[in-house]
Amino acid sequence: MTSESETNEKKQKPIVPYLRLPESAGEKAYLWGSKCRACGAAYVGKRMACAKCFAVGDFEEIRFGEYGTLRTFSIVYQSIPTVEVPFIAAVIDLPEGTAVRANLGGIEPDPDKVVTLLGKKLQMYTVAVRQDKEGNDVIAYRYRPAQA
Amino acid sequence: MKPARDVYVIGVGMVKYGRYPEKTVIDIASEAVITALKDAGITMKDIQMVASGNLSAPVGQQIMRSVGQTGVPVVNVANACATGSTACREAYMSVASGAFDVAMAVGSEQMGKAGLLGAGRIMAGDPAYIPEGVLGSQMMPPVFSEWGVDHMRKYGTTFEDFARVAYKNHKNSVHNPYAQYQQEFSMEEIMNARMVSWPNTLYMCCPTGDGAGVVIYASAEKARRFGSKTVKAAASILTSDPWTASGEAILDINECTRLAAKEAYETAGVGPEDMDVVELHDCFATAEMVHYENLGLAPDGEGPRYLKEGKFDIGGKTAVNASGGLLSRGHPLGATGCCGIAEIVWQLRGESGGRQQPNAKAGLAHVIGLTSACTINVFVK
Repeated sequence: MTSESETNEKKQKPIVPYLRLPESAGEKAYLWGSKCRACGAAYVGKRMACAKCFAVGDFEEIRFGEYGTLRTFSIVYQSIPTVEVPFIAAVIDLPEGTAVRANLGGIEPDPDKVVTLLGKKLQMYTVAVRQDKEGNDVIAYRYRPAQA
Repeated sequence: MKPARDVYVIGVGMVKYGRYPEKTVIDIASEAVITALKDAGITMKDIQMVASGNLSAPVGQQIMRSVGQTGVPVVNVANACATGSTACREAYMSVASGAFDVAMAVGSEQMGKAGLLGAGRIMAGDPAYIPEGVLGSQMMPPVFSEWGVDHMRKYGTTFEDFARVAYKNHKNSVHNPYAQYQQEFSMEEIMNARMVSWPNTLYMCCPTGDGAGVVIYASAEKARRFGSKTVKAAASILTSDPWTASGEAILDINECTRLAAKEAYETAGVGPEDMDVVELHDCFATAEMVHYENLGLAPDGEGPRYLKEGKFDIGGKTAVNASGGLLSRGHPLGATGCCGIAEIVWQLRGESGGRQQPNAKAGLAHVIGLTSACTINVFVK
């Protein structure tokens, strides 16, 4: 009975391996990565070697915080057929020493407005973006202006 | 890297960029080869090594079957948008090293109307997990737009500043019979055109198409024998992107260019202040803006002002993209690097007609390939 209900339950799956979804209520999704013990360089996900200092296999797993700053963006009006436009494509610097690509939410795709966010603090959140072939919700991360 | 011996360009050729569905890429490449051989005053019998740049296919040997099967080594090169210029470097190195006395680089591509570059690669895989448009973008227009907005964040650069790049390059293209588009646009027309990826409108994005270009290199001794209009290839540098903290999220175009520029100027024994003509990688208007500073043509943050003051116009301090650049001349990937070099060679010979930079004595051709690769080829009279 229990196993059957579990089998039929719709699951949530992260769109990339370095997004870890909460396993129980009250937890938050977060991005995780690898920090080089030799030089401190940070990367999303797993690593074999450090591209900065060339150390091999000397990493500790790190949990990236939910905040970052807006390094740059573009408002995309033309894309592949499956993508809704316009959307705000952004690059977010993380204080742990790397950067990620993400869409910006919580703000209109109006250049005059988005420009004011450059260098400003952003907060990560997650959203279901698609369903996969098995009916699972595919979860992506986004960033929005951080609450003051 | 310092070459073991001096290298000269003895011949160049290219075909007018456009869309040629009635021709094969071999036809297009062969036309460019025959033009360059004639320019150098030699035949295929004189060519000791061939490097073929084509991103779609290894067509080098097929080109030989069209223009002359001499049995010499043929190397097929692919390096994203830097494919043609990397082929040029292979040919240059084979002469610089002393291995061969005459080498030819052929860059070719047949793209037709390819639409958004990079879409095919991005669309591959399980569709529900495609990150494009959901986790930002890896398409070329947004990535190069993001580099412009990065400049905006640091220096307050404006949409109008970026549009001015396209204004200049389209204006130059009117004088280049090899350009895919020879049409001048007003600032208003550029800024009001359809927005592709802010801040780049349609006229701030390069077109795709078909094209080919050829550069023939020779040792000093062979160059003397073959002709008087030779130009010295003073440096040919290739770099990849060094580590940066943001490198995982956005492919680098700045650091690989700065590294290549430093090596290129040191090797050539000239500096940015000596550059009379520069063909740089303006795949989007935003890209040209950051490369003024990456190449040392303007101090950091001063690119927009230098552009506005006309320093990069034909007749200015350094004519940048006198050919019309990728924005007007077009960007058939494998051909691009060879044709930027051809333009610099014509400029130094004084053969660029209505787009001629007066008294041009030194110049460089710069290309970025997003993987990332950067090539800088420096030439002096």
